Amino acid sequence: MPKVIIDSEKCKACQLCIEFCPQKCLGIGEELNSRGFHPAAVLKPENCTGCRICALMCPDVCIEVYRDSKKAVV
Amino acid sequence: MSKRQLMKGNEAICKAAMDAGCSCFFGYPITPQNQVPEYLSALMPAAGRVFLQAESEVAAINMVYGAASTGVRVMTSSSSPGVSLKQEGISYIATAELPAVIVNVQRGGPGLGNIAPAQGDYFQATRGGGHGDYRTMVLAPASVQEMYQFTRDAFDLAEKYRNPVLILADAILGQMMEPVEITQPPIPVPPPLPWGTRGTRKGSRTTVNTLLINPVDLEEINIRLQEKYARMAEEDLRWVEDIPVGAELLFVAYGSSARICQSTIDMLAERGIIAGLFRPQTLYPFPYAALKAAAQKVQKVLVVELSAGQMVEDVRLAIEGTRPVEFYGRTGGSVFTPDEVADAAQRVMGK
Amino acid sequence: MTIEINSEKVFSRTEGLCDVRQHYCPGCSHGIVHRLVGETLVELGVLERTVGVCPVGCAVFAYDYFNCDMLEASHGRAPAVATGVKRAVPDAIVFTYQGDGDLASIGMAEIVHAAARSENITVIFINNAIYGMTGGQMAPTTLLGQVSSTSPLGRDPKRTGFPIRVSELLATLDGATYITRQTVNNPKEVLATKKALAKAFTTQIEGKGFSLVEILCTCPTWLGRSPKESMTWIDEKMREVYPLGVVVDRTETR
Repeated sequence: MPKVIIDSEKCKACQLCIEFCPQKCLGIGEELNSRGFHPAAVLKPENCTGCRICALMCPDVCIEVYRDSKKAVV
Repeated sequence: MSKRQLMKGNEAICKAAMDAGCSCFFGYPITPQNQVPEYLSALMPAAGRVFLQAESEVAAINMVYGAASTGVRVMTSSSSPGVSLKQEGISYIATAELPAVIVNVQRGGPGLGNIAPAQGDYFQATRGGGHGDYRTMVLAPASVQEMYQFTRDAFDLAEKYRNPVLILADAILGQMMEPVEITQPPIPVPPPLPWGTRGTRKGSRTTVNTLLINPVDLEEINIRLQEKYARMAEEDLRWVEDIPVGAELLFVAYGSSARICQSTIDMLAERGIIAGLFRPQTLYPFPYAALKAAAQKVQKVLVVELSAGQMVEDVRLAIEGTRPVEFYGRTGGSVFTPDEVADAAQRVMGK
Repeated sequence: MTIEINSEKVFSRTEGLCDVRQHYCPGCSHGIVHRLVGETLVELGVLERTVGVCPVGCAVFAYDYFNCDMLEASHGRAPAVATGVKRAVPDAIVFTYQGDGDLASIGMAEIVHAAARSENITVIFINNAIYGMTGGQMAPTTLLGQVSSTSPLGRDPKRTGFPIRVSELLATLDGATYITRQTVNNPKEVLATKKALAKAFTTQIEGKGFSLVEILCTCPTWLGRSPKESMTWIDEKMREVYPLGVVVDRTETR
């Protein structure tokens, strides 16, 4: 299942990832990081397609994106 | 091996830079040093080295900063107003602790001034010139031989201290022709210094930067710079003194003024005044202790400069009130004759 | 036959950037461009021979962010500093990273002459139409009517003239080999900018002369808008003054 991991300590809550996610997976989380930001969080992970648009738009390189890779095993 | 050649002062600077393995020269036209970029524009590319006429003296000093960061030997030259433009860059070079050689062939000032010889940039050269608590090592040649030798030494000193070194010449020295004897063999371009910014392929990452936001960090740099300047004063002071027995008057002068004082001393002997000459060759660091000791041998000190009086302040600091210090000078590119200096000396001695 | 499904990481921080927190404001475009530059240098295989020159401006601390040798230049002089490096080390890949105040105000002589000389360097020009670091003052690229801390009533052409289109200005110089204007205000443009950076650095790698990528960026802080609204502002206001696209490409004839 594709997924996105957000480094909540690095996140500055600019919300660009939230605004640009085509699947509307992301939103502002409940927690507060040590800098006083409410970091972005993956609120609807089931919608994620691994398109990495969030990572493309993130200015702080907080996001890692994982996709499924399929391999045929005989 | 020794070769005696007749050379123009500006030419001697170029020959010295080539012989010292200078890799890069960045300059800009301004009289009376135009021969420096002109000769180097032919010599350097022919030797596979870098010559570039920059778009301004500001650009040139920043090119020096860039090239110096890579760990190669680099030089720029200019004259008074152009050296004013370079001050910010020199402050950066000193703070980043980079070696570089800067030549100032002084002209009449202030302002656009004229192209006649002067010594009005002593303060600019020795008091930093740019902003902040840095100092530039200053060498003051008084002959074409010294134009050659001091320029050669400047590259070594710049590397020894990782500091800019300034050759403070003037339009007379730049334009005059004298024989030069070269006893030191030329060296090829040395390998770049190991810390230079040539990419992380050298094994480490180098950052050259003079911004230290934390005042404690910047203070550390400043303390290190001051320790460096103290070492310069211990190890690389240069001066020449010639004080005949029975001397009553001591001339203190550098560069072309010192040459004129030498003629004046002969004239004064005929007029019944015995005078000596103390000639600093490093203006920063300044030979304070040696000058004070020399002054004790005479009755009065006369500082002679092609300016309104700049080095005279260092002379007063050196002598600490133990002898009267007088000043004679001319400004605006006007050059005193030995006669005029002798008349001034006679006035000072009350004879 | 069975299908094995593994989780494969398809996006992470590039080796071209240091693993440190960047100081830029939330939503500032600098972060995006830094990342694209880092990725490009790694993907072109030149990171180890790269030397970057950073400006005076918000990106003054870029020497801590790019994972290569870095020099801090005085305000506006980065093209001259880069020239010194490139002339001394011709096989280094040298880039400058400059804002609009640094490049188009105090540094105008240096950028024009670096381009005229076709200096074999790559210039990354961050055009956010403001002086960010020093408090939002008017810049040479500030738009007419745009409010700034030194044009509090909006930029008035009668008093302060008109914004400068740097890319077009430099493109008139024969020495300019590749100049393009991009932006990073949406994912498609981010990818296009990355392609432009690759082309610019390749121009340098192939020894073809001067390349410059102007990137329309946001300063949400001084624009007084949210990061997303600032991205929209680029579409609404900046692009009509600063059109996107290749401004000059002389790579074929070099």
